[in-house]
Amino acid sequence: MDAIMTDTGFVDVAALDDIPQRGARTVATAHGDVAIFRTGDDAVFALRDSCPHRGGKISHGIVHGHGVTCPLHNWVIALATGAAEGEAAASCVPRFPVRVAEGRVLLDVSAPLAPA
Amino acid sequence: MHGTTLSRPRLVVVGNGMAGMRTVEEILAIAPGIFDITVFGAEPHPNYDRIMLSPLLAGEKRFEDIVLNDYDWYASNGIRLIAGEHVDWIDRARRIVRGAAGTEAPYDLLLLATGSSPFVLPIPGAELDGVQTFRSVADVGDMLATARPGAKAVVIGGGLLGLEAAHGLDLRGAEVTVIHLMPTLMERQLDASAAHLLKQNLEARGMTILTGTETAAFIGDDRVRAVRLKDGREIPTDLVVMAVGIRPNAGLARATGLECNRGVIVDDFLRTSDPAIFAIGECVEHDGKVFGLVAPIWEMARVAARAMTGTPGIGFTPAASVTRLKVSGVEMASAGAFLGDSGTEDIVLRDGARGTYRRLVLRENRIVGLVAIGDASDAAWHFQLLKDGTDIGEIRDSVIFGPLADGPADPDAAVMALPDGAEICGCNGVCKGTITRAIKAFGLASVDDVRARTKASSSCGSCTGQVEALLRAALGTEYAPATVKPVCKCTGLDHGEVRRRIVGGKLKSIPAVMQALEWKTPDGCHVCRPALNFYLLCAWPGEYVDDAQARFVNERMHANIQKDGTFSVVPRMWGGVTNARELRAIADVVDKFDIPEVKITGGQRIDMLGVKREDLPTVWRDLNAAGLVSGHAYGKALRTVKTCVGSEWCRFGTQNSTRMGIALEKMSWGSWHPHKVKMAVSGCPRNCAEASIKDFGVIATEAGWDLLVGGNGGIRLRGTDLLCKVTTEAEVLEYCAAFLQLYREEAHYLERTAPWIERVGLDYVKQAVVEDEDNRKALAARFLHAQTFAQADPWAMESAAAAGAKFTHVAELT
Ligand code: SRM
Ligand SMILES: Cc1cc2nc3c(=O)[nH]c(=O)nc-3n(C[C@H](O)[C@H](O)[C@H](O)COP(=O)(O)OP(=O)(O)OC[C@H]3O[C@@H](n4cnc5c(N)ncnc54)[C@H](O)[C@@H]3O)c2cc1C
Ligand code: SF4
Ligand code: FES
Repeated sequence: MDAIMTDTGFVDVAALDDIPQRGARTVATAHGDVAIFRTGDDAVFALRDSCPHRGGKISHGIVHGHGVTCPLHNWVIALATGAAEGEAAASCVPRFPVRVAEGRVLLDVSAPLAPA
Repeated sequence: MHGTTLSRPRLVVVGNGMAGMRTVEEILAIAPGIFDITVFGAEPHPNYDRIMLSPLLAGEKRFEDIVLNDYDWYASNGIRLIAGEHVDWIDRARRIVRGAAGTEAPYDLLLLATGSSPFVLPIPGAELDGVQTFRSVADVGDMLATARPGAKAVVIGGGLLGLEAAHGLDLRGAEVTVIHLMPTLMERQLDASAAHLLKQNLEARGMTILTGTETAAFIGDDRVRAVRLKDGREIPTDLVVMAVGIRPNAGLARATGLECNRGVIVDDFLRTSDPAIFAIGECVEHDGKVFGLVAPIWEMARVAARAMTGTPGIGFTPAASVTRLKVSGVEMASAGAFLGDSGTEDIVLRDGARGTYRRLVLRENRIVGLVAIGDASDAAWHFQLLKDGTDIGEIRDSVIFGPLADGPADPDAAVMALPDGAEICGCNGVCKGTITRAIKAFGLASVDDVRARTKASSSCGSCTGQVEALLRAALGTEYAPATVKPVCKCTGLDHGEVRRRIVGGKLKSIPAVMQALEWKTPDGCHVCRPALNFYLLCAWPGEYVDDAQARFVNERMHANIQKDGTFSVVPRMWGGVTNARELRAIADVVDKFDIPEVKITGGQRIDMLGVKREDLPTVWRDLNAAGLVSGHAYGKALRTVKTCVGSEWCRFGTQNSTRMGIALEKMSWGSWHPHKVKMAVSGCPRNCAEASIKDFGVIATEAGWDLLVGGNGGIRLRGTDLLCKVTTEAEVLEYCAAFLQLYREEAHYLERTAPWIERVGLDYVKQAVVEDEDNRKALAARFLHAQTFAQADPWAMESAAAAGAKFTHVAELT
C-alpha cells in the first residue's frame, strides 16, 4: 500500500476509517510491527505491536476507553503511556508519534517517543 | 436618510449576512457616522437570523420573526442597502466593486462577509429538480413547496444542518429518512454514546436514520424520484436535501488576487493580504481554521470593528467555546476535547430512565472537554470549570452531578415522598401502594420476592432501585439486599440482571444497554463487551448487528491465536467423519502455505497450526473449495460432536451413533453460546466417544438414547447428569435444541454447562426441558429460529469480502 511522505518524519499510512473504532491495524516498520489504535472517541495511538509480558500482539486486543487488553493473558495497556496497568514501570510498550489530519493517519517511525 | 458627507471614508460591505451586519453594528456602536456605508447582498432580503431557518422550516416562526435588521434600520443608520445584487468583481487598483446588475460602488475600506456555500455531492442526478441544499430563505421556500403531509423526503447528512432540516420536514408531516456516511450522528459535536441517544430519540419520532450509509446516485427524469445507495438499495422520495458540509465563499477574493487557501486568509485583526480589505465570518480562514458557528464570528466582529475604526484592541483568538444546541428539540452541549485524546480520563453519568448522558473528559484533574445530551443544564457550569482550568480534585466524586450536588441527597427520600397511587413499575403498571402492602401482607424480604408477588421490577428492571428503597423503608435494618456480583467494574449489575433488562427493556445495541443500565465507562471493557455482544445476539436473533470489536480476537479472526501471533485453522469434520477429497485439500493447503504443523485434535478433527495472519483468507478459500467450513474451534460456540463408529461397523453398537452425531452437528453448528459447547454420541454404554464428559452427551441403548448433560473434561472434571431417556432420533434433536437454548438464554457469559447446572440445579433444567413439553417445544423453536441467522460460514464470508486490512498491514514502511 502507498505511504506518502509529508513534513518531518510523518508518513501517511492509512485513512482513519481504515481502522475500525475500538480496533487497530498494523504497519510493518524497521522497529517491527507498529499497531495503530483508534478508540471509541476517535483518539489515535501508535504503539509497538508487542505486549511487555510475552510479546502478545496487542493489535488483536479488545480496545476500551483509552486502553487495550492483550489477547494472550489479559494485561491491560494504557494507550497514552504504553504502561501496563498494575505492572512494574519497566513494562512499557514503546510509542510512536501519530496524528490525524483531514481524515488521514500520519505516523512517524523515525524513533519511539521517550517513555511517559 | 442622513445626508452623506463626501469627506467620510467609504466602507463597502459585500455580504448582507450575520457576520457582515454584526460588524457594521459594532462599528456603529464604537464610532457612529464614521463611515459612509454601502452594503451589497445577493439575497433579496434584509439581514436575517440564519440560525432560525430551522424554526422557519418547521413553521414555528415566520420570516418577519427572524429578521435581525429590517429596512428601517438600514435607512435610519444611513446605510445604502443593495439587496438582491451579487457582487462579481472588485477592481483593487481603482478600489471599486461592481455588482451583477452593473451597480458600482467605490470604497476606501472593503469588508468581505460572503459566508459559505453548501457542498453539493458530485454524484449522478445532483442536478435534478427536487435535489437541493439548506442555507437560505429561498431554500426553505423550495422545501415547503414539496414537504406536505405524506410526502417523502431524504436528508443527506446527519450533522447539525441535516438534522435540523429533517426535524423541520418531519414537523411538516413528511416521511423523513436521514442518510449519514459516518457511523454515528453529529460526530463533530457528539461522542458515540450521545449520538446513540439522539438517534433513538429521532427514531422514536418516526424518522428513519441510516448511519454508515453512502449515497451513490439520485434517480429521476426531470425530478428526483429515488435515492440509490452504494449497496444498491433505492429509497423512493419526493425531495432530497443535501447537508453534507459547507465551503467558504472565497471565489471573489481569489479571483481578485487576495491570498486564499480554503478561505480568505486573514490575520489576527481580520485583515486580508490587501490592507484596504477586511474579511469576516465563514468566508475566512484564520490560523488554518475555517468557521461554521456564530460564536467565534461575534468575536471576529468585535475585533474587526475596532481595527477598521482605528480603535486599539487585542487580536482575534478563537476562544474555547461551548456549543449548546437544541437539535430537533433535543438539548445538547459539547466543548473542548470532548472526544478525549492521549492521556485523558472520563467521568460518565447516564440516566437510563430520562435518556440523558453526560461525560467529562479530564486531564490531570482538570476538565478539558465535555459532552451532554438530553439535559445540558449543567454544561455552562462545567464549561466554566473547563475555561478556568479549575483543579477539580476536591470535588471529583460529585462534579458530574453539577453545582448543586454538594452533599449526597438521600435517594430513598424521593420514593418515600411519592403518593401510594404513584406508578413504580411502568412495564407492569404496579404502583407504590400495591408494593408496600404486599411487602407487609406477605412478609416479602427481597426484590425477587416482590417480583414474584407483584410483578414489579420483573420486566425491564429500571425500577429495581425504587423497589429496594421501599423494602428498606418497610424492613429497616432487617433488609439484607442480595449480594450482587457485578459483571465487571463498569457496572453494579450482575449477569442475570443485565440479561433480564436487555430483554425486558428491549435494548438492542451495546450503546443502548450501556445507556439504559447506566454503565460507568464510555465503552465498557474486555470483560463486559463480549458478554453484552452475546446477550444481545441471543436476545434479538436476526435483528442485532454483531459488533466484531466486542469480540475476543479468535472470534474476530475466525481462528485461534497462537503464542507467536500466528493462527491455527480447524475445519469442521462432521461427526469426526472425513474422506479423501477433504484430506487431499488439507494436504494441498499445508504444502501451498508452508504450514509448520498438522495435528489430530482431541475433538476428532485436524488442526493446522502456525498459519500466518495474511494467509488466512486464502487458506479458507482453498478449504471452502473442497467443501470444508469453519469448525469454530475458536469460539464460544458449538465446537465438536464426537462420535464412535456405532452400529454400522462396531460389533457392540446398538444405534447409528455416527449418523446421530452428524445430525446433531448439522443442527447446531454456528450457534453462539455463553461458553464453548461440546457434544458426543456413543453407540453403546462402552462410550468410546466419551459422551459422559460433554456438555450434551448421548449414549445409545437397546431401547433408544440416554441424554446426558453438564459434563466437563476440562479444568474441573465433572461427569454428566442423566437428563432423560428418549426413543427416537427426532426426540434427541428436539431435547438437544431445547437444552442448548435454555443454556444460551440463562447462563452467565463464560459459564460452561457444568457450573451452570450446579448453580441452577438439575431439577430446574429437567423441569424446563423434560417435564414442561410446551416449554421444551418453544425453546427448541427459538433455537432453530436463531440458527437460520447463525448458519453462515464465517470463512466463506471473510474470504469473499474485499476488505482484507484485518489480515494485512495497512502500510509497510520497511
Ligand atoms: C486443539 C485442542 C488440543 C488438541 O490438539 O487436541 C485444544 C486446544 C486448545 N484448547 Fe482445549 N483443545 C482441544 C480439546 C479439548 C478437550 C477435549 C475434547 O474436546 O474432547 C478438552 C476437555 C473437554 C472439555 O472441554 O470439557 C479441552 C479443554 C479445554 C479447556 C478447559 C475447559 C473447561 O471448561 O475447563 C480450555 C480453556 C478454556 O476454554 O477456557 C481449552 C482451551 C484450548 C485452547 C483454545 C486454548 C486457548 O484458549 O487458546 C487451545 C487452542 C488450540 C488451537 O489454537 O487450535 N481447552 N480441550 C483440542 C481441539 C478440539 C477441537 O477439535 O476443537
Ligand atoms: C439552517 C442553519 C442553521 C444554523 N444553526 C446554527 C446554530 O444553531 N448555531 C450556530 O452557531 N450557527 C448556526 N448556523 C450557522 C450560522 O448561520 C453561520 O455561521 C452564520 O450565518 C455565518 O455568517 P456569515 O455572515 O459568515 O455568512 P452568511 O450568514 O451566510 O452571510 C453571507 C451572505 O453573503 C451573501 N453573499 C455571498 N457572496 C456574495 C457576493 N459576492 N455578493 C453579495 N452577497 C454575497 C450571501 O448571500 C449571504 O446572504 C446555521 C446555519 C444554517 C444554514
Ligand atoms: S461405543 Fe460401543 S459401539 Fe461404539 S465403538 Fe465403542 S464399543 Fe463400539
Ligand atoms: S503476552 Fe500480553 S498479556 Fe501475556
